[in-house]
Amino acid sequence: MRNMSLTKNEMPTQAPDVRNKNFLEVATGYTEEQAIDEANRCLQCKKPRCVSGCPVSINIPAFIKEVAEGNFEKAYEIISQSSSLPAVCGRVCPQESQCEGKCVRGVKGEPVAIGRLERFVADWHNEHASGEVKVPESNGHKVAIIGSGPSGLTCAGDLAKKGYDVTVYEALHLAGGVLVYGIPEFRLPKAIVQKEIDGLKALGVKIETNMVIGKVLSIDELMKDGGFEAVFIGTGAGLPRFMNIPGENLKGVYSANEFLTRVNLMKAYKDDSSTPIMRAKKVAVVGGGNVAMDAARSALRLGAEEVYIVYRRSEEELPARKEEIEHAREEGVVFKLLTNPKEILGDEHKFVTGMKCSEMELGEPDASGRRRPVEKPDSEFLLDVDCVIMSIGTSPNPLIKSTTKGLETKEWGGIVAAEDTGLTSRKGVYAGGDAVTGAATVILAMGAGKTAAKSIDEAISSKKK
Amino acid sequence: MYKIKKKTELNNTVTRMDVEAPLIAAKAEPGQFIILRVDEFGERIPLTIADYDREAGTVSIIFQIVGATTEKLNRLNEGEYIQDFVGPLGVATKTEGLKKVAIVGGGVGCAIAYPIAKKLHNLGTEVHSIVGFRNKDLVILEDDFKTVSDKMVIMTDDGSYGDKGLVTDALRKLIEDGNQYDEVITIGPLIMMKFVCAVTKEFDIKTTVSMNPIMIDGTGMCGGCRLTVGGQTKFACVDGPDFDGHQVDFDEAMERANMYREFERHAHEETCNLFAKDAE
Repeated sequence: MRNMSLTKNEMPTQAPDVRNKNFLEVATGYTEEQAIDEANRCLQCKKPRCVSGCPVSINIPAFIKEVAEGNFEKAYEIISQSSSLPAVCGRVCPQESQCEGKCVRGVKGEPVAIGRLERFVADWHNEHASGEVKVPESNGHKVAIIGSGPSGLTCAGDLAKKGYDVTVYEALHLAGGVLVYGIPEFRLPKAIVQKEIDGLKALGVKIETNMVIGKVLSIDELMKDGGFEAVFIGTGAGLPRFMNIPGENLKGVYSANEFLTRVNLMKAYKDDSSTPIMRAKKVAVVGGGNVAMDAARSALRLGAEEVYIVYRRSEEELPARKEEIEHAREEGVVFKLLTNPKEILGDEHKFVTGMKCSEMELGEPDASGRRRPVEKPDSEFLLDVDCVIMSIGTSPNPLIKSTTKGLETKEWGGIVAAEDTGLTSRKGVYAGGDAVTGAATVILAMGAGKTAAKSIDEAISSKKK
Repeated sequence: MYKIKKKTELNNTVTRMDVEAPLIAAKAEPGQFIILRVDEFGERIPLTIADYDREAGTVSIIFQIVGATTEKLNRLNEGEYIQDFVGPLGVATKTEGLKKVAIVGGGVGCAIAYPIAKKLHNLGTEVHSIVGFRNKDLVILEDDFKTVSDKMVIMTDDGSYGDKGLVTDALRKLIEDGNQYDEVITIGPLIMMKFVCAVTKEFDIKTTVSMNPIMIDGTGMCGGCRLTVGGQTKFACVDGPDFDGHQVDFDEAMERANMYREFERHAHEETCNLFAKDAE
């Protein structure tokens, strides 16, 4: 029976004052009943707009129809035709600006909770599936993937399903890229990422960790000596930016990358980890994106009493997802909006003791179309903090560029790649994800990995003939 | 997993390991480093490459037992495995076009200075090595340095071996004796490198230092290894580890190096207690 409720089935979550003290997942997921009830809100549009909002074009009405009928495994099959990492996407995609943003139910009331349903289906599959995978017949063609983040894993998965002999090279000791070093456990449990990676391995994908391509092997060596017919670069945007204000090298100032890597990848929050992290009492996170929210919420869970988001524009311009902002607020993160850091102060041992800030107001729109923040005169004040986390963006790592002749990049370091194929200026070399676009989302990177896989397959298949 | 092919105790607190890592051995150059993780709960620590054998496919590391991680590493024996071993990272030391160079090494830093001295020697550069240790028992790599140096001075703090005094005294004397160095390359404790730079600054001799700050990934991702060079922030892992010593803010680097001192002291004690318990 169609469910005409104007609101989504609410997502069960841990209570804010409980979850801000643990690293367990915040949202616990729909029950079967909730999922079926929510699936019945879908109108099964003849021309579904939601699909056009999905970067990997999942057949959304079709999988939701199966959920409504209780055929959860069938729903999973439909999703996995388009997405390699449904359990991940169901959790971290910005659905409000993609599939759900286009849903007709959203015109009056809330859209269908497509993301929550996707997550439900993926989790149901992971819990109930036999684990048996049909390994495709090898076609004998070798493809190398550099980087095991969302774009690389997607590209690897799609090619492996077509029978390619795929090797993924990862610089860190663990595969997953930003899914393991960046996004915290409480938003994306690492066991889920591992399960997706194990799934790829079962398909025959080889994953080589501890391999910094550009240092230990170059792309040219992979293609010449390694016998790889194509290479996909999915190395992300890993280099942290700093503000270049005085005091940034004091002890207690982290890049969000470093802070989150210590917490997520190195498990610094666990007692058995050998990796240290500062257990600060008062933390300022500078920036307003999803990464800033992740850092702020992690700091709370590490025991900070006060955590501030310091952002120079207003609430409206906060780039983070609304859901993340709400979660952060519920957990006790304080938003210092229209506030700009000027200097970080330290004691005689060079530990952080505070951050000098000034108040801002919004002026005329700038090149990005957002109103430019302008400093209010004589508005300086001191924020009492002992830790500052800079979360103001990242740029692509120049390592591949500097060791690959003829690989064109843009002025800011992004690799030049054709949007419809992922092909770079080098024959047989493809690229996608943040390494091409600069910091963006998991799903856009996956879309790029998918596009590249398709054109790699086309290029190699046409060579065969 | 990376096999320890050979383990040699150089002195009571300094160990050398030759680790099977053929791909790294094929590419390694003096001045570059690796990052390792002893076991699956281990932290990632950078160690500069002490030597490499491209044919045998091994990379050598020399480390001083200073904390929990190096303690655990030292517990591994020949035939056992290191969990993770990644490299070669960083930019190699520039060794081309130098006629005469003074290499100044201090303590375990000599382990890093040695491959540079060796490479320079093989390139036909006149190499003067000044190596300093606290006392006779801590002297390492003496014979290795001798074979690649045209002149070699050993200094000990207490005079129990070589000459008594600091490496800076020896360096100053060599310069004042009329030795004209194209460059001084110095590797050792931060405080030593700082004072070597102060001496060479007086004589206006180009000086390269090798920095070894706290880092995680070693590929430019975390920024934890940042330092100020000539007023600008640099990442030791990708911009270095070599820098123009006259431009480096050593005081800041020394402060940053002790950021986790408390945690490290604690962890080291716990590790030692754990091993002591195992031994009982």
